[in-house]
Amino acid sequence: MDSAFFDSYIWPALVVTLHSLAIILALLVSLAFFMLADRKIWAAAQLRKGPTVVGPFGLLQSFADIAKYLFKEIIIPTTANKPVFLLAPFVTMFLALSAWAVIPVNEGWAVADINVGILYIFAISSLGVYGVIMGGWASNSKYPFLGALRSAAQMVSYEVSIGLVIITVLLCVGSLNLTDIVLAQKTVWFAVPLFPMFVVFFISALAETNRPPFDLPEAESELVSGFMTEYSSTPYVVFMIGELANIVLMCAMMTILFLGGWLPPVDIAPFNWVPGPVWFIIKMGFMFFMFAMMKVIVPRYRYDQLMRLGWKVFLPISLIYVVLVAGFLQFFDMAS
Amino acid sequence: MTLTSLAFYLFASVSVASAFMVIASRNPVYSVLFLILTFFNAAGLFVLLGAEFLALILVVVYVGAVAVLFLFVVMMLDIDFAELNEGFLQYMPIGATVGLILLLELLLVFGASSTLVDKGQLPSATPEGMTNAEALGRVLYTDYIFLFQTAGAILLVAMIGAIVLTLVKSNNPKRQDIAKQNARTREDAVELVDIKPGEGI
Repeated sequence: MDSAFFDSYIWPALVVTLHSLAIILALLVSLAFFMLADRKIWAAAQLRKGPTVVGPFGLLQSFADIAKYLFKEIIIPTTANKPVFLLAPFVTMFLALSAWAVIPVNEGWAVADINVGILYIFAISSLGVYGVIMGGWASNSKYPFLGALRSAAQMVSYEVSIGLVIITVLLCVGSLNLTDIVLAQKTVWFAVPLFPMFVVFFISALAETNRPPFDLPEAESELVSGFMTEYSSTPYVVFMIGELANIVLMCAMMTILFLGGWLPPVDIAPFNWVPGPVWFIIKMGFMFFMFAMMKVIVPRYRYDQLMRLGWKVFLPISLIYVVLVAGFLQFFDMAS
Repeated sequence: MTLTSLAFYLFASVSVASAFMVIASRNPVYSVLFLILTFFNAAGLFVLLGAEFLALILVVVYVGAVAVLFLFVVMMLDIDFAELNEGFLQYMPIGATVGLILLLELLLVFGASSTLVDKGQLPSATPEGMTNAEALGRVLYTDYIFLFQTAGAILLVAMIGAIVLTLVKSNNPKRQDIAKQNARTREDAVELVDIKPGEGI
């Protein structure tokens, strides 16, 4: 084997593989703590203590839970469509993890800094619905099926407004590259001039990830636990990890689109000593805190209200905002 | 170069195989899932050509929206597999004829294009110094803006037409008026009546 071949193929492939593995490992470990944070915040708001037994302050609770699920017996319903039933959770997790390939935690830290990064994330997150639909259909049971149908309609509806919100940000940046989007926020974060869009995106992200108050596909008071009803053991925990990874992905997306990614709030002495990734994680943690608080304080929506909010409120607002922002940029000659 | 051609053969063969499985598999849900796989591999081929914007739009539009609706409908079908196979022989001659005509037309098109176009002068997917999102935007929104707008108008008319055709007028529509609901106060909803014992209202 000559060294030119090694330099041009083997070495880059090795670097990308190790880079991806490092990101996936970091992500999976952090997901365990995000899960714990979710439960702790929920508990604190209800004046409980949350998990406290496993490890100091219950820090290792999520690992104990995962181990418990992995060692349980996998139960597959006799009438279920076995291949699709087992494929569904892995589709969810695979998609949620693969979106992280383009997320820049710091300048130049993304595995693939592609030109159409934001479009890639949008495409991948719009595929998340397949895991849910496949799981619901393959279970061959009433509640999962109803959950899958609800989820399909809900995710398709809210994707439209998410797309339009992304377009307003792209109009201000003039590029689809995630690094360019962050760098365009050096003077002011987009959360300030585009605040209404930030709110629309946040609420749509809740709906897109099936989080409360929009967790109708798995509403336990109506559908037992929706599309996950028939799942147990390892497939269940894979589904859970996939959903959580999607939520954290949405937090990262909001950080990049509206909160200036790895940039410090103001570029002066004490703030710019802190390295970029720390800022990124602080901002992501803040968004996750908001996600968790929404779960605590907002009651579940009714399904027709959810559809009304998506199509009759968010769609017109975001469409009008796209037109306004485009007009503003053109009028003041700021279009890039 | 070798890596690109390897990737090309991988994407191409998987997409042809899964396209075949779309029509070959008995279960319609499997067909849709294979269709999704076909779209994915077609997107991979676009990436190899350097048209990454087109590739991702293909995934967003076809896989993320159109195929979801397909799956949505197909999932709800109540399929009887025995009945599905019954009419096969009856319809086969028609299907075979249509397929043969399509194949001949495709062969004609490919035969003509290979002689007409000089392979060395094929335009590149990305013009110099421009990302292909930008290039596509320039063509659609600057050079052919009126045709593009006309296409949009036609789609709008089609959408309104579909809504009008499927709209069912009901004599007793159970519709909510959110403004009316929010405008309701305690005064016009609740009445406190002091009932004397033994008299009723």
